[in-house]
Amino acid sequence: MSVDSNTVKRVAHLARIKVSDEEAEALKGELNTILGFVEQLGEVDVEGVAPMTSVMPMAMKKRADVVNDGGKADDIVGNAPAAEDHYFQVPKVVE
Amino acid sequence: MSDLTSLTIAGIREALATKTFSALELTDAYLAAINKANDKFNAYVALTPDKARDMARASDARIAAGEAGALEGVPLGIKDLFCTRGVHSQACSHILDGFKPAYESTVTANLWADGAVMLGKLNMDEFAMGSSNETSYYGPVVNPWRSTGSNADLVPGGSSGGSAAAVAANMCAGATATDTGGSIRQPAAFTGTVGIKPTYGRCSRWGTIAFASSLDQAGPITRTVRDAAILLKSMASVDDKDTTSADVEVPDYETAIGGSVKGLKIGIPKEYRMDGMPAEIEELWQRGIGWYRDAGAEMVDISLPYTKYALPAYYIVAPAEASSNLARYDGVRYGLRVPGDDVIDMYENTRAAGFGQEVKRRVLIGTYVLSAGYYDAYYLRAQKVRTLIKKDFEDAFDAGIDAILTPATPSAAFGIAEMATASPVEMYLNDIFTVTVNMAGLPGIAVPAGLDNAGLPLALQLIGRPFDEAMLFRTGQVIEDAAGRFVPERWW
Repeated sequence: MSVDSNTVKRVAHLARIKVSDEEAEALKGELNTILGFVEQLGEVDVEGVAPMTSVMPMAMKKRADVVNDGGKADDIVGNAPAAEDHYFQVPKVVE
Repeated sequence: MSDLTSLTIAGIREALATKTFSALELTDAYLAAINKANDKFNAYVALTPDKARDMARASDARIAAGEAGALEGVPLGIKDLFCTRGVHSQACSHILDGFKPAYESTVTANLWADGAVMLGKLNMDEFAMGSSNETSYYGPVVNPWRSTGSNADLVPGGSSGGSAAAVAANMCAGATATDTGGSIRQPAAFTGTVGIKPTYGRCSRWGTIAFASSLDQAGPITRTVRDAAILLKSMASVDDKDTTSADVEVPDYETAIGGSVKGLKIGIPKEYRMDGMPAEIEELWQRGIGWYRDAGAEMVDISLPYTKYALPAYYIVAPAEASSNLARYDGVRYGLRVPGDDVIDMYENTRAAGFGQEVKRRVLIGTYVLSAGYYDAYYLRAQKVRTLIKKDFEDAFDAGIDAILTPATPSAAFGIAEMATASPVEMYLNDIFTVTVNMAGLPGIAVPAGLDNAGLPLALQLIGRPFDEAMLFRTGQVIEDAAGRFVPERWW
């Protein structure tokens, strides 16, 4: 499978990365090189093979259902590019 | 007193215990060495001298009180991927511009609890995506090693290039690093240092900036096998904050060093003999086989038939997980924000300006292989292949193999910008011998084993059973004893 510039732009939009037409053209070649490289997995007979879900067998840990942290609103918004009264600020999303 | 910064961690431990010098003197010696040399190497992207001196003074107080921890007073460099409270933690990406976490990663918290001293944060490939440290927002790191008779700057490998260069150039006594496809072992091999990627789940991932969560593991880069055992013991822990942290007690790895390898079965996988592999790598491998044979180990030819599919499967699994993990960098909660016409435009502008080329490539590949209609053909198939790769190793270990010996890298360090016109895949081939280990979740160690014809270090890799890092320290010491240690000639 290979991608064209339009597919690159569509995928870039899904990934929320702005790419110009020139960048999409350059990325097209790079992505097709990578996709061409991974294409060889098609040779492998994977009939009846279970996909890996956990590389080391382990039971999913569950935390105790208790409050063990909190009260850190200052810390949480401390790195925000824009915040006010413990809220993150973003451009208007609802008209 | 010889140069304090050339001591091993084991040597520091002894000297501080006998009060040959103080922890503060040692830290000051490192800070002076960094001040003198960092401009040449670009290994550190942030320095914490005041914090380092405070920590060293506290170490001296604990030593005086007879309460020294396992790493008391040992000055370490920390890869920029680990979150350190109130200190630069940006995965060497522009998108985390100005980020200073309000929390401490479990790995670094373990180190400070054992008395270690933080010198600063180390350069790396952006989000650990790279094999040469050239994708860092902060620019490339220079390898302390140079080819004989040449002044050309070489890469230190990646992604933990700052860690490897700083250890090799005596700018820290040891460093933390992380390994998703080879990012500890390949830079260790390129700089004549020792690097171990432990079993998946051995070191907590909590507070370590995520690249590919099912592959990422932290580990140390050090000057000797013993130092790696000392540092890993402190980094590793069982951690409730990471659901993939294994409930396995951390053993005292140092006791494994010096153990006999007589009668051990060392596997030699034929699939690691690649077409076009340089003769020097093959010779190094044969020399390693000879050392083990001389030490009484039994060398066994083995087959790991799915080896060639590990790298292509990795380049589906790792980008897929990365595209998901890196979705959080949206200009809202931390880091860079580039304004836009609306919120989507703001996201797209922020991520376009904040991510470098290699990160964008991988996020796009990941997004593509996970997108509707392609999931089964790419991601699901890659995860099935991963099961087969792991089974290769399980079959070998079930047949009684104690450890597997391979080359660590297909070449020695290459020049900065030398790969600039190469395709992304050519750079990915650097990890051909290391990536299988991540895909199978196993522990792997790179130990320097010789120099190539240009005088550059080369390493061998040992791969062990799950949670049998002790076997890697035991067998790794055999290489160090036979090959000796490799120290770059000082040109800086």
